[in-house]
Amino acid sequence: MNRRLPLLITILLFGYAFLYIPIVSLIVYSFNESRLVTVWSGFSTKWYAELLQNGPLLSAAWLSIRIAALTATLSVVLGTLAALALVRFRRFRGRGSLEVMVTAPLVMPEVIIGLSLLLLFVAMENVIGWPAGRGMTTIVIAHTTFAMAYVAVVVQSRLAHMDLSLEEAALDLGARPIKVFFTITLPLIAPSLAAGWLLAFTLSLDDLVVASFVSGPGATTLPMVVYSSVRLGVSPEINALATIIVGLVAMAVLIAGYILWRQEKHGRSDNL
Amino acid sequence: MKLSSHLPPARNLIIAVPWFWLALFFLLPFLFVLKISLSEPVLAQPPYMDLIREIEDGFVTIVVNFSNYQMLLEDSLYLSALLGSLKIATLSTLFCLLIGYPMAYAIARSPAHWRLPLLMLIILPFWTSFLIRIYAWIGILKGNGLLNNLLMGLGLIDSPLEIMHTPIAVYIGVVYNYLPFVVLPLYATLIRLDLTLLEAAADLGCRPWKQFLLITLPLSMPGVLAGAMLVFIPVMGEFVIPDLLGGPNTLMLGKLMWTEFFSNKDWPLASSLAALLLLALIIPFVLLRHFERRAEEAAT
Repeated sequence: MNRRLPLLITILLFGYAFLYIPIVSLIVYSFNESRLVTVWSGFSTKWYAELLQNGPLLSAAWLSIRIAALTATLSVVLGTLAALALVRFRRFRGRGSLEVMVTAPLVMPEVIIGLSLLLLFVAMENVIGWPAGRGMTTIVIAHTTFAMAYVAVVVQSRLAHMDLSLEEAALDLGARPIKVFFTITLPLIAPSLAAGWLLAFTLSLDDLVVASFVSGPGATTLPMVVYSSVRLGVSPEINALATIIVGLVAMAVLIAGYILWRQEKHGRSDNL
Repeated sequence: MKLSSHLPPARNLIIAVPWFWLALFFLLPFLFVLKISLSEPVLAQPPYMDLIREIEDGFVTIVVNFSNYQMLLEDSLYLSALLGSLKIATLSTLFCLLIGYPMAYAIARSPAHWRLPLLMLIILPFWTSFLIRIYAWIGILKGNGLLNNLLMGLGLIDSPLEIMHTPIAVYIGVVYNYLPFVVLPLYATLIRLDLTLLEAAADLGCRPWKQFLLITLPLSMPGVLAGAMLVFIPVMGEFVIPDLLGGPNTLMLGKLMWTEFFSNKDWPLASSLAALLLLALIIPFVLLRHFERRAEEAAT
C-alpha cells in the first residue's frame, strides 16, 4: 500500500485543485480594484459597497431567501413523510410509484420540470382559478417538488440505519405511538432533518431554470438577476456576491461537519 | 412491537400526503406536456390552441395536431441538437468517471479519520451556487482570462487560446459541476469493498493492476453505473452550461427548448422537445433504478 501512497496523494491534490481554483479566483478578484475582472490593479472593497447599494439585486436576494426558507420547511415535512413511508412500511399500494416519483426529480432535467409545471399551473388557473397568476407561490411549489426528493434520500439513509430498540422499548412501556414518534424517532433523525433543510434551502436559493419557467412578472429571484448580469459579461459585483455566498456556505458546512464528526465519535464510543 | 404497526390511520396519511403531492406536481404535469405538444401555437395568452373545442352547443371536437413532431423530424436542427446532447452527455460522463474514480479510490483508501473531511471538501463546492461556479469559469477561460494570461505570461503560447464559446468550455463546465455526483456513489461502493479479497489475491501472487481489473473494478460497477447515470441524465437537458460557456454552435436540447419557449414563445414546440427529451431519458432512468436497487440489495 505504501508504495502507491504518493500516487494517491497526487491524484487528490490535482482533483481538489481543479475543484477549488475557480472558487479561489472568484474570491481573489472580488477584491480587485479594476472593473476588468482578470487584471489585478490593487486591493479594494468597493464592489462590496456597490453590491449593498444595488436595490434590484438586494430585493431579489430577499425574495429568494423567503422562497428558500418556505421551500426547505415544506420539503422537510414532505420528504420525511416519503422517507418514513419507504423505510418503515415494507408493502403498501403505490410503493413502486412513490419510489419512482421520489428518485426521478433527482435526475430530471430542470427544463422539463419547469416547463411541465408551468403548463400545469396555467391549466389549473383556467379550470379552478388557482394559483391566480404566477410568482412566489408557484416557485415554492415547484422547488418543493424537486427538493423534497433530496430530503427523502437524506432522511431515508438515516432511518435505515436507526436503532429500532428504543422505539420498541418505549412502546412496550406503554407510550402512545404519536408520543414515541415525537420524543424518540424525531430527535434521533434530527441531524438528517437539519441536513435536508439546508440542502433544500441551497437548492432553492440556487435554482435559475425552474424558477424562470414558473415565475411571473412580479417575482424576480436572485439567480435570475445574476444570470442576466452574467450574460452581459463578467462583473466584479457578482464576484463579491459569490464571495459572500461561499463564505456563508463554508461556515455552515464546517459547523455541520463538526457536529457530524462529534456525533460519529460519540456513536463509536457508545457502540464499544 | 414496532412503531409502524401501531399507526394504521397515521400510516395512510404518511403514505398519501407525499404520494399525492408528487402525483399532482411531478407526474400529472407530464400529461400537460404531451397535451400541449399536440396543440397549435397561436398568438394569445396562453399561446396555444386548446385540443378540445366547442363547435356548437354541447358538441365538442378534439383537434390533435402532429405538426410539432413533424417539424422535429423534418428540420435537421432538432436532430443535431439531440445528437449534440447525446455526445456531450456521453463524453462528459466518461471524463467525470476518469477523474472521479481515482479521487474516490484515493479517498476510500486514505486513513479513516481523513475520509470525512475529504468527502466534505468534495461536497463543499456543490453547496455554493451552480450559476456562480459556471461564472467562475468564464473569468478563467475567456480570451483575456486567467488561463490565457498565465500561459502567455509563461511564454507557452503567443496568442490567446480560444476555449470560451467552444465545446471544450462546455465539457470543462459540465465535468466541474457534476464531478461530486460520480465521486460520492463511487466512494460508497469502494468503501464497502472487502479488502480481504485483495489480500487473498495478493497472497496467491496476483499483481496489483490485475487485482484492480479483476476484483476492485468489477465490484465497484454499481457505483460506476449509478454515478454515470447521475451525470448523463441531467446533462442531456442541461441549459445553463451550454448557454453561458458554449457558443452558438453548441446545440443541445435543453438550450433549444429554452429558446423556443422564451424567445420564440412557441409553447407547443417547446413541449414536443420536452417530450422528445423525456423519451430519450427513459432508458437511462430505468437503468439507474435497476443499479440503485442492486446497490441497495448489496448493502443489506
